[in-house]
Amino acid sequence: MIEFADLHKAFGAEQVLDGFSLTVRGGETMVIIGYSGTGKSVAIKHVVGLLEPDAGHVAVDGQIVSALDRRALMALRARIGFVFQFAALFDSLTVGENVALGLRRRRDLGEAEIAQRVAEALALVDLPGAEPRLPAELSGGMRKRVGLARAIALRPAYLLYDEPTTGLDPVTSAVIDQLIVRTREALGVTSIVITHDMRSAYTVGDRIAMLYRGRIRQVGTVDEIRATADPVVRQFIEGRPEGGRSAERASLSQTREALGLDEEDA
Amino acid sequence: MAAFVVTGRAFAPQVTFLSTATARSYLASVFSSFGRRVVAFVAGFGRFGRFLGDVARAVPDVRTWGAQTASQMRRLGVDSLPIALFIAAFTGIVLALLASYVMTGAVPRYLVGTLVTKTITTELGPVLTGLALAGRVGANIAAELGTMKVTEQVDALETLAYNPYAYLVIPRVLAGIVMFPVVVAFAMAMGIFTGWFSATHLLPISNAEFVRGARLFFLEFDVRYGLIKSASFGFAITLIGCFLGLTTRGGAEGVGRATTRTVVYSAEMILVLDAFWAVTLLRS
Repeated sequence: MIEFADLHKAFGAEQVLDGFSLTVRGGETMVIIGYSGTGKSVAIKHVVGLLEPDAGHVAVDGQIVSALDRRALMALRARIGFVFQFAALFDSLTVGENVALGLRRRRDLGEAEIAQRVAEALALVDLPGAEPRLPAELSGGMRKRVGLARAIALRPAYLLYDEPTTGLDPVTSAVIDQLIVRTREALGVTSIVITHDMRSAYTVGDRIAMLYRGRIRQVGTVDEIRATADPVVRQFIEGRPEGGRSAERASLSQTREALGLDEEDA
Repeated sequence: MAAFVVTGRAFAPQVTFLSTATARSYLASVFSSFGRRVVAFVAGFGRFGRFLGDVARAVPDVRTWGAQTASQMRRLGVDSLPIALFIAAFTGIVLALLASYVMTGAVPRYLVGTLVTKTITTELGPVLTGLALAGRVGANIAAELGTMKVTEQVDALETLAYNPYAYLVIPRVLAGIVMFPVVVAFAMAMGIFTGWFSATHLLPISNAEFVRGARLFFLEFDVRYGLIKSASFGFAITLIGCFLGLTTRGGAEGVGRATTRTVVYSAEMILVLDAFWAVTLLRS
């Protein structure tokens, strides 16, 4: 179980997370949706200790991440796979070496077993035999699949996906969605998927949470989100330019005007 | 009260009178700009101190940095040999001809050998090689680590349970400390060889005269002094490159900025260290 409890995080004057609370149950796939730049990636980077909260905490299986010492944090990270938005493959290493990198960190695996695990992970993402290729030779979709293979080769208990389908064509996006579903079925992992692609969210998610202005606006099952009456969530999932968010902006703008303040939005 | 600002060339100054409010605003902007620079300078020192602490904490992770060090020694050291030898070759030629030109008729010709050997081993070998490697090695490290930083590869390393300071920084710094003296030793040999070659082939100096001059004032300390300096240059260049690379922000523009700053700071640091070692080791 992953628990975000009243998480606050600011970068300079910009308050990105402002009381973000969410519980991800064991075995489920939680999709976090929200506008670009609202702090979705910032939230999941707290799970692996890449960022430290200003207030509040993230707990993984009851362990508060920011309170762990370096050794315990490394042990926790070994149980979590992270799929980065642009794959973050190491350019100087081959695909095989990229996927093997996390496995080499472990002392209990021999070279033969590492090679076997790399081959299995690449097969699971439909890239069998890609070990000798370099990341520069791969398309965007293939790079994302290698990034996923690198994460699942560790057989993690948790998988965090940071915008896995952003920038991909619809067919490749659908392939990635299938891989996420297949990975969950094969490994039984608990997952968090960050996306603003609603088709992807409906395909892979058990529950969907919308992050808005630093906190959760609504969380519910796919059906509950589809049937939401919240104008902000409705506008987002339908991708309409006009709706709850614009109305809020208009209302804020009118209020500011009435108070004689500058037009600058908060 | 009014103030004025002088602009334009020195021989034709243009004096513009400012109103009190404008003068106050001008002074405020000057002070606030100065204040921001001071704060940024102090914050930079803080970040560098924290970086050194992180590097020190990564030292016990021998398994990680041990596996990376050999390849870095090849990349930083062996691959830098051609440029170092090229610079040393031409330095040796110029030095021999310059020594002969300056000292003609004033001192015995064999002192050309002395000057070439002493200067190459104690000063020009280490410093010119260091400046060249500040560009080649320092820029390479800053650009590589900066790109890794902005494309989340450093974050990826952390999520794979690696310590990025053990994986990326220690192997490069270690390779710099070990390999810079090796590269400089080859550069010294090349500089002395081309100095000897041009002295004996382009000047009226015999092989025996050059060798006599070279041996007359030769001290083992000179070579040791040059190599100690080189090791300190290697340490400074790699450390600056790693620090500015890992603190890169802002995409391609940030990588470019980190690379430029690495070359500039490394070159400055080489000159500071050069003076430091002269004051420390040559005052006997």
